[in-house]
Amino acid sequence: MIGNLNTELAAKLAALRDSDGGVSPDDIQNLIDAVMTTAPGDISHDDHALYAEIRSLADAIQRARSEIAALRPQEISEDFIPAATDELDAVVGATEIATNTIMDNAEAIQALTGEMSQEAGEKVEAAVTEIFTACGFQDITGQRITTVVTALKEIEGKVAALLSAFNADFDTSGAARGGKPAEFDESGLLNGPQLPAKAQNQDDIDRIFSGEG
Amino acid sequence: MAVDMNMRVLIVDDYKTMLRIIRNLLKQIGFHNVEEASDGSAALDVMRNEQIDLVISDWNMEPMTGLQLLKEVRADDSLKETPFIMVTAESKTENVVAAKQAGVSNYIVKPFNAETLKTKLESVLGPF
Repeated sequence: MIGNLNTELAAKLAALRDSDGGVSPDDIQNLIDAVMTTAPGDISHDDHALYAEIRSLADAIQRARSEIAALRPQEISEDFIPAATDELDAVVGATEIATNTIMDNAEAIQALTGEMSQEAGEKVEAAVTEIFTACGFQDITGQRITTVVTALKEIEGKVAALLSAFNADFDTSGAARGGKPAEFDESGLLNGPQLPAKAQNQDDIDRIFSGEG
Repeated sequence: MAVDMNMRVLIVDDYKTMLRIIRNLLKQIGFHNVEEASDGSAALDVMRNEQIDLVISDWNMEPMTGLQLLKEVRADDSLKETPFIMVTAESKTENVVAAKQAGVSNYIVKPFNAETLKTKLESVLGPF
């Protein structure tokens, strides 16, 4: 078969065969296009079948690229997953602070039991012990969240590998997800609590509310 | 005019723990006459069937958000004068602006404490 191809195409095939870096989908696509454009006018039945197979392979590659592009994979690895892991880290941080506050105050209450009657002191001690036991939730939730963050980062790595394999240059314009926007779209205002590093505090809110901000 | 500490306060939040926290804080401040609703539409039902003197509402709820509730209240001639305080984790500038444009009386960002709640209540109702 190679004997029927022109010299330039034969050189391309040889270069790919000898390459150490592996063959990318783009390389295959380029090769297929080259084969199809250099096919001689009179081809045998066997050659025709081969070219049909090659064209089918080119179409499959193009469909795969289109389907992957439709998933907007760069949004997954650059926006969604980093945002999710940041939020989960903030959850761990916030629950840790709150838990410490609870335990600090529980200890303060515990320190007062000496000033109570024995019966009251024992009840308070028992209740404070329950509080401390319940605060163990923070450790469990922290471990579960760490598991989720690990899984998300693994997904992020696989998406990045996929982009690399396709030498991706997908549209990242962040176009609307479809549908004509309403005159007033409240959904853009539903963001939940901001991350600690970016959050505005009550003083900031007060300045905005009073028109000073 | 002195603030009527027996006024009926409606607190609106889809998170039961937050309802419990706000109720307890109001009790500490001196407001004991408290009604609860779990979202904007339930709150609107309460307001249209009972005399409510103050609304303290979360924002991010379904099926009706706090902002939608606020707009409904301000659009209703029988309810539009009701003091309305938004208590929410939504802290972006555009949130505060949107709430103010919709007619909110004041805006508290979560997490908050009893002192902040009292200060904002006094800003809306007068000192007590």
